[in-house]
Amino acid sequence: MAVVLLREMAKGQTGTIHRVTASGEIGRRIRDMGLVPGTRFKVQGRAPLKDPVAIRLRNFTLTLRNSESDFIEAEVEEV
Amino acid sequence: MDHPRENLIALAGNPNCGKTTLFNAITGARQHVGNYPGITVEKKEGYCQVNGRQIQLVDLPGTYSLTAYSLEELVARNFLIQDRPCAVINIVDSSNLERNLYLTVQLLELGIPVLIALNMVDMATARGVEINSEELGRRLRLRVIPMVARTGSGKAELLEAAAQLVEKVTDWEPLYISYGPDIDPVLDSMEAQIRAAAFLTDSLPARWTALKYLEADEEVIRKGKDKDATLSSKLEEVAGQVSKHLQKTLDSYPEAIIADHRYGFISALLKEGVVKQSHKADRLYLSDQLDRVLTNRFFGPVIMMLIIYAVYKFTFTYSKVPVGWLEAGFSELGRFADSSLPPGPFKSLIVSGVIDGVGGVLGFVPLIVFMFFAIAFLEDTGYLARVAYMLDRVFRTFGLHGSSVMAYIISGGIAGGCAVPGVLATRTLRSSRERIATLITAPFMNCGAKLPVFAMLIAAFFREKEAQVMFLLTILSWVAALLIAKLFRSTILRGPSTPFLLELPPYRLPTFRGLLIHTWERAWQYVRKAGTIILAISIIFWALMSFPGLPETERKIYDEERASILAVASQGVKEPLLNAGASAGGEATQPKSPFKPQAAVNPAGGSGSLASLQEIDNEEAQAALKNSIAGRIGSGLTLITSVNGFDWRTNVALLSGIAAKEIIISTMGTAYSLGRTGRGEQIPLSRRLAADSSWSPLKAFALIIFIMLYAPCLPTVTCIIRESTWRWGLFSMCFNTLTAFIVSALVYRGGLWLGLG
Repeated sequence: MAVVLLREMAKGQTGTIHRVTASGEIGRRIRDMGLVPGTRFKVQGRAPLKDPVAIRLRNFTLTLRNSESDFIEAEVEEV
Repeated sequence: MDHPRENLIALAGNPNCGKTTLFNAITGARQHVGNYPGITVEKKEGYCQVNGRQIQLVDLPGTYSLTAYSLEELVARNFLIQDRPCAVINIVDSSNLERNLYLTVQLLELGIPVLIALNMVDMATARGVEINSEELGRRLRLRVIPMVARTGSGKAELLEAAAQLVEKVTDWEPLYISYGPDIDPVLDSMEAQIRAAAFLTDSLPARWTALKYLEADEEVIRKGKDKDATLSSKLEEVAGQVSKHLQKTLDSYPEAIIADHRYGFISALLKEGVVKQSHKADRLYLSDQLDRVLTNRFFGPVIMMLIIYAVYKFTFTYSKVPVGWLEAGFSELGRFADSSLPPGPFKSLIVSGVIDGVGGVLGFVPLIVFMFFAIAFLEDTGYLARVAYMLDRVFRTFGLHGSSVMAYIISGGIAGGCAVPGVLATRTLRSSRERIATLITAPFMNCGAKLPVFAMLIAAFFREKEAQVMFLLTILSWVAALLIAKLFRSTILRGPSTPFLLELPPYRLPTFRGLLIHTWERAWQYVRKAGTIILAISIIFWALMSFPGLPETERKIYDEERASILAVASQGVKEPLLNAGASAGGEATQPKSPFKPQAAVNPAGGSGSLASLQEIDNEEAQAALKNSIAGRIGSGLTLITSVNGFDWRTNVALLSGIAAKEIIISTMGTAYSLGRTGRGEQIPLSRRLAADSSWSPLKAFALIIFIMLYAPCLPTVTCIIRESTWRWGLFSMCFNTLTAFIVSALVYRGGLWLGLG
C-alpha cells in the first residue's frame, strides 16, 4: 500500500489515514474533526477551482484546503 | 470544589447537530439573546418549567471540541467551569455519532454531569443505523434519550431526565480514559502533585488540569502561572519532556496521542451491541446526490449565482412595501409633531433630529428582517457552507474566507444592497481576522442609498452611458473592497488564514418556526440599538447642520425682501401668499431638517410672486447652512479637498452623507439654493450641476469615487461596532475616508494631468 498526501488523491479514491503531521492549532483542528490515524475516508470531490477538497469520513462530509490536506498522509486502497 | 448553581443547565453540542432547534423547542419564545461579556459570541438563555421547577437553560456556542483555540470553545468551557451549571444536556447527532461523542468525552473528562439527547434518530434509522441508547448510556454511566428535536418527539422524556439531574445535584465525577503507556504514568504523577498542592482544584479536576498541561493549553497554563508559578513551571517541564520523548520515539505529539486515544475510546464504546449498521455506510444519500449537482464544477457556480441573485431579489423586492409603510408612518408622525408643537428649536429637534433620524434607521428594519430570513434559510438548509466551499479559493487570494461573499453581496455587491444587513451577515464568518477585513471593506459596495446620488451625477455628466458607468462602478467597488482587504490582511490584520476545515452538513429543510425565531432575534437587537446610539448620533448631526443659524442682521434682510414682494403682490393672491410667506419665513428662521426633504410650500395662486418668495427662502436656507457648524467645517475642509476639486457645497453634503448617504442630494440641493430636493427629485440639481462651469465629468467621477469609498453611514458604523469593537468602528470611518480621499484625488489630479478635465 502506498502512502501519499491527501492532496495527491483523486476523486473517488478511498484511503486510511496513516499520519497527521501538523501540530498546534491546525493539528488540533484536524484531529478534532476526527482525522486520526486509522480513519477510513473517501475523496468525495473538489470545489470548482480544485481547492478545497471534500472528503467523507465517519458518516459526514468535511472540506479542507489543499494546504491543510498536505498535513495528512494516507494509505490508498487499490481498487 | 465550587458548588453547582441551582436549576441551571447548559446545552452543548457540535455545530449542525440540531442544538438551536432543540433549544427553541424547549424554551419557546421565552428566551433572551445577548453576548458573552466583552466578546461577540452570542449567548442565548431561556427558561422552562418541569415538575413545577423553573429551569434556566443556557445555549453554549456550537463546538466540536473543548480546547482553547477558538473563541466559541473557550466561551463554552469557561461557562462550564465558572458558572457551574448542575448539568449539561449534550445534543448528539445520531447519524454522526463518533465525531459528536468526541465532545461528550471531553465534557465527561471535565466531570460535569451529562445527559445525552440523541438527536435525529429518525434520520439514522432511515440510513439503516440502529443505536442501542440504553446500552450506550450504561457504558457511559449516564442517561441517553433518543429524540427528534424537529418534531419535538422525546422532548418530554428529556426534560424529565434533566429535572432528575437538577433535583439531586451531585459533585463532578471526571471520566478517566487511558492514554497509553507513554502518557498514563506521567499523567498519574502530575495528578498526584496537583492534588497535593490543591492546585486549581477549587474549580478544576486535578487530572483534567494535568491533561491540559500535556496538551499545552495556553489558557489553563496561564491560569496556573497566576496561581502557583513554581508548580506550574514544574508541570510544564514534565509536559515538555514527554513531548520530546514522544517526538523522538514515535514522531508524534502528546496532543495527537491524546486525540487518538479519545477516538479509540469512542470506537471501543460503540463496538459490540451499541451501533448496528444494516446497509453499507458509504452509500450515496439524497444529500450527496444533491451535492453532485450543486457543487458540480460547471453547474455549481451557475446555480450559486442564481441562488444568490434570488436572495438579493427576495430581500430587496419584498421589503419595499413594508419599508414604504414605515417611511410613511414616520413622515406622518413628523407631520403630526410639526403641527402640534409650537415652533422653535425644540420642535425642530423633535421633528428633524429625533423622528427623522431614528425613523431613517428604523426604516431599515423590514430589509433586515427579510435579509436575515433569507440568510437563515440558506444557513439552516446547509447551502451556505457549500457557497463557502466553492468560493473559498477565490476569496483566499485576497486574505478572506469563502463566507465573506454573502456580506459583500448584501452590502451592495449587486448594486442596490445595504451595508447594515451586510455587516450583520459577517456573523457567519467564524474567524476574527477575516471577519474584520470583511467588515471594514463591505461598506465599499454600492448600496441602495448611494445609487440615487450616483444616478444624479451620471445624469448630469455621463448621459447616454448610464448603464456602462453603473456597471463600471460595481466592478470598481469589488476591486476596491478586495484589494483593500488584501492590504489589511498583509498589514494590520496579518497572520495565517484560519484553518478552513468546514463541515458540509447534510441538506435539511429548516422549520419555519426556527427561521422566524432566528430572524426575530437579530431584528430586535438592531431595533434596540437604533433607540440608543443612533438617536444620540442623529441629534448631534441635527445640531451640526442647524446651529448657530443666521445672525439677526442677515435674517432681517431676507425678511425685508419678503415683505417687499408681499407689498407688490396683487390683493387677490395676497391672502394665500401671506400664509405661505408666514409659514415659509417661520420655517426658515428655525433650523431645517437635515434628514428629510420637506415638501416645498406651494399653495395655489400667485405663482410669480410665490416663486420669488421661494427663491428668497432657498437663499436664506443656503446662507444658514453655510453659516452652520457643518457649513463652516465644510468651508474649512476646502483647504484639503481642493485637491479633489470639492468646494464647500460638496463638502457639507458629504458630511451630511455620513448620517445616511441619500441625504447628500438634499443637502447639495440646499447648498445650491434649490430648496429641498428629495429622493426622486434629483433632476433640478442634476441640471444645475451640468450647467455649472466649475463642474466637469472628471470632477463628478472623482466625487462618485469618493462617495463610493468614504466613511460608512452611521447605522453601518453602529453595526460594525456591535460586531467588533468601537475602535474598529472609528477606524472604518477614518480609514475609509482617507482611502476615498487618496483614490479620488489620484483620479482627479491624474485626469487633469491627462487633460481630461
